Amino acid sequence: MKASNSLWKERLDGQLSAQMADELDTFEMEIDLRRQGKVDEKVFAETRLRRGAYGQRYDNGQRYDGVETRQLAFRDDAETKGPNTAWDAPGMQRIKIPFGGMTPDQLEVMAELAEEYSDGIAHITTRQDFQLHFVHIEDATALMRRLAAVGITTREACGNSVRNVTGCPFAGVCADEAFDVSPYADALTQFLLGHPDAQNFGRKFKPSFSGCHQHSCGLAAMHDMGMTAVTREVDGETKRGFRVVVGGGLGTVPYQAKVFDEFMAPEELLPIAQAMSKVFAKHGEKKVRSRARIKFLVANWGIEKFRETVLEERAKLEHDPRWTELIEGAEGEQETPLNPPGDLPESNGDVEFGHWLKTNIRTQRQDGYFTATVALPLGDMTADQLRSLADIARKFTNGTIRTTVEQNFVIRWVSGADVSALYQELAAAGLGEAGAGAILDIVSCPGTDTCKLGISSSRGLAAELRKRLSEKIFELDEAIQSLHIKISGCFNSCGQHHVADIGFYGVARGVHGYKVPHFQVVLGGQWEENAGSYGLPIVAIPSKRIPDAVERITGYYLKSREKGEQFVHFVNRVGKTKIRQELDHLTQNLPEHDADPDFYADWADPREYTTGDIGKGECAGEVISAYEFAMSDAERMVFNAQVLLEEGGSQKAGEEAYSAMIKSAKALVQIDYDDVSNDPDEVVEEFEERFCDTGVFYDPFAGPKFANYLLAAHKSAATPFTAESAHYRIEEAQLFIEAVHSCYTKEKTTAG
Amino acid sequence: MELQHVNVKILVDGDITVDPGRFIDVFHRWIREGVIEGLLIDVADYRHVPHGPGVMLIGFDFDYSMDNAGGNWGMLYNHKSPLDGNNDDRLSTALKSAAQACKLLETEFADDGLKFSRQGFELIINDRALAPNTDETWDACQPILQSFLKSALGHEEFELQRESEPRRRFGVTVETKQPLDFDALA
Ligand code: SF4
Repeated sequence: MKASNSLWKERLDGQLSAQMADELDTFEMEIDLRRQGKVDEKVFAETRLRRGAYGQRYDNGQRYDGVETRQLAFRDDAETKGPNTAWDAPGMQRIKIPFGGMTPDQLEVMAELAEEYSDGIAHITTRQDFQLHFVHIEDATALMRRLAAVGITTREACGNSVRNVTGCPFAGVCADEAFDVSPYADALTQFLLGHPDAQNFGRKFKPSFSGCHQHSCGLAAMHDMGMTAVTREVDGETKRGFRVVVGGGLGTVPYQAKVFDEFMAPEELLPIAQAMSKVFAKHGEKKVRSRARIKFLVANWGIEKFRETVLEERAKLEHDPRWTELIEGAEGEQETPLNPPGDLPESNGDVEFGHWLKTNIRTQRQDGYFTATVALPLGDMTADQLRSLADIARKFTNGTIRTTVEQNFVIRWVSGADVSALYQELAAAGLGEAGAGAILDIVSCPGTDTCKLGISSSRGLAAELRKRLSEKIFELDEAIQSLHIKISGCFNSCGQHHVADIGFYGVARGVHGYKVPHFQVVLGGQWEENAGSYGLPIVAIPSKRIPDAVERITGYYLKSREKGEQFVHFVNRVGKTKIRQELDHLTQNLPEHDADPDFYADWADPREYTTGDIGKGECAGEVISAYEFAMSDAERMVFNAQVLLEEGGSQKAGEEAYSAMIKSAKALVQIDYDDVSNDPDEVVEEFEERFCDTGVFYDPFAGPKFANYLLAAHKSAATPFTAESAHYRIEEAQLFIEAVHSCYTKEKTTAG
Repeated sequence: MELQHVNVKILVDGDITVDPGRFIDVFHRWIREGVIEGLLIDVADYRHVPHGPGVMLIGFDFDYSMDNAGGNWGMLYNHKSPLDGNNDDRLSTALKSAAQACKLLETEFADDGLKFSRQGFELIINDRALAPNTDETWDACQPILQSFLKSALGHEEFELQRESEPRRRFGVTVETKQPLDFDALA
């Protein structure tokens, strides 16, 4: 922590709004009170989360060093900053950047903070936020005051609150948009920030704005509340409005949002958002965290009941002048260029510049102007790069820059005449990499690098794939170049793997008695059309074989695609069975530990992945065989369910997925109780008694979530399936099977 | 003037002769074997960032990195927590720690010929509230640094070059006419 923390308050006196200054004084007091043990740790945890101060891996004071799990010797006289979270353990600070809009001054402050409080790297997230890692909680208020002095708040960046309002980084300059959504995103941000009706949620609430339906810049369909700009002719006049969807979201099981209103007038946007917040706060789940997102409320009620309840709530709201004040003048708002328009230059034989022009430059709807995307590897940039970007944005534009959901920056309003000089300056700062939005531009969550929930190294894998692809990206077929790869370190989908062409999420599997990092390969997702469809996992492959898997999948696509066929359509046409066959060999003939220890470690991490000698041969052989046999059946069944769904057999698919859950639950029960029958009632009853009542099955972070999938599926076994509910059941079955694997391995380790 | 959060970076001599990925393995081992005294937490891999922090050994009070800022590989020591004592003590802790890490890495990679420069180092104060990069800071710091370096290096044949970009942290490049003696420093 910094020696100078107390100096910033005085130094920035008068530069913060009175409200921000008050808020931060209060937060400072809350930190002090927690230090004195006068605030409960759970209360403090939510308090700091609502200020964006998040936990980080190893903050429970334990770390596996490759041989054994060791205690990290944080001061033991210090309080905790949350349950099981050491006070001194470094944490992550999330910084909200509404719709990605930043100024050069803000970039410069971000650079200072990355250097002084973090590890020198500022990281852009898949929701246009910034994250700084390894930050000490006692530095938080100085850091936040410095941000507040340039108009950035971290308030409600985490916790059960309205999170960053995201939006198209091309809003206002895109040729395809209905209109510029930026002023509305800004209005919603201001309106909901700290709003009393948005403080009592069971979980987070994520809004997003898109300017059009066909592209993916805003990803409206995968948000709790998604707004897409639309216009209508009314009495010969063009009227603005929003197509509003609700209840979308990725998470463990992704949900497509439902249409709340096909055309909502802008004046209704804020009151409806307020009413929706009230309904979510009042009726949303609070106790069971895993069911507490608004998507579950919408799914349980159905969109009609949800809409009706929100509209009733809307009718009861007391009028608030801000509903219209905040959007006044939105129609006339427009950024301005610094320099006169000009034509785009030729690459003139400069190959790298030519590639960059092709992938990173996009024509604005304003003649003679272009956007330039700064492709950041894994969303990371240094303090010097932030300062260089600030200089470049000032030199060539009026400071018009935005972060993107693909973890990049977009510089807007670049005159065609300046493009060449801009490229030179970006390249000199190490920011001129080509391949924005291409297969190389891999999106990844933090994974095991810093996330407490990470199972496999998503960033390690992303870096490895980037390295291999960058050697040959522009030699690849165009169809491959434009694919999207997205990676999550676990099933929680922060890397948005469901909406990639090729998605991965981390899982762990036992191999020859050791744990081995794996990734589930997720295919069939769609990035375009605002995340138009979600993929499903087809097979888990050892982490070290994922680069081969990418080669196989892309090779097969190239060989077997029809002319002009997009990847998602190709996957749907050939079917997952065939693609899986292409990959099956990667799950076989796995090397013994001694023959290839590297196979048993994750990317860029030499530590052995397993927690040691996981009961190698310790359990009775018969039981292990029965277990493994049953689990392999369950996995086959869940895959078959996908195939059935693809063929249009929703009912059969849902039933098959449910049977896979029963099968895997039975596999676990059978270890203790060999005589358990095949009767689902008995299996579930025994499972509940042995694994739920005892808490043995519960995940350390997700708690009873996965067990609840089984119980809910069993309870509704007789309910007919739609295509959508079958899709959910398949996802749940897959996750339940993973949880059975984890529980089994954990039990074996304990027993061993 | 109180100088805290001192950073010292000693550059690799010539081109780097080791694949930076190998520092990951070494740093993990240092954690496991407690090679460096103090609380070590994890290793961060930023090799994908052009001119970035390279490979970092993250600790509680300090970080060590094989850093590639400015495209120059070197051992960077960053003292993060406030230190008691006077300015000399704090400057000395940073310089010693960096020199010690260089020695360890030279031993680890002796076969690869990894060598760090004996011609000088960079010294940064990582705190803009205590030491903004201004003329006033330079005026106040110069005598402190001169006196410390004279005693730490054991001679006066060195030159200081101040960081000229005002937005960057206050810092100096120390160029010494007599080679640095890592054994004596560490
Ligand atoms: S997907 Fe999992 S590993 Fe990645 S950031 Fe989210 S919770 Fe962490």
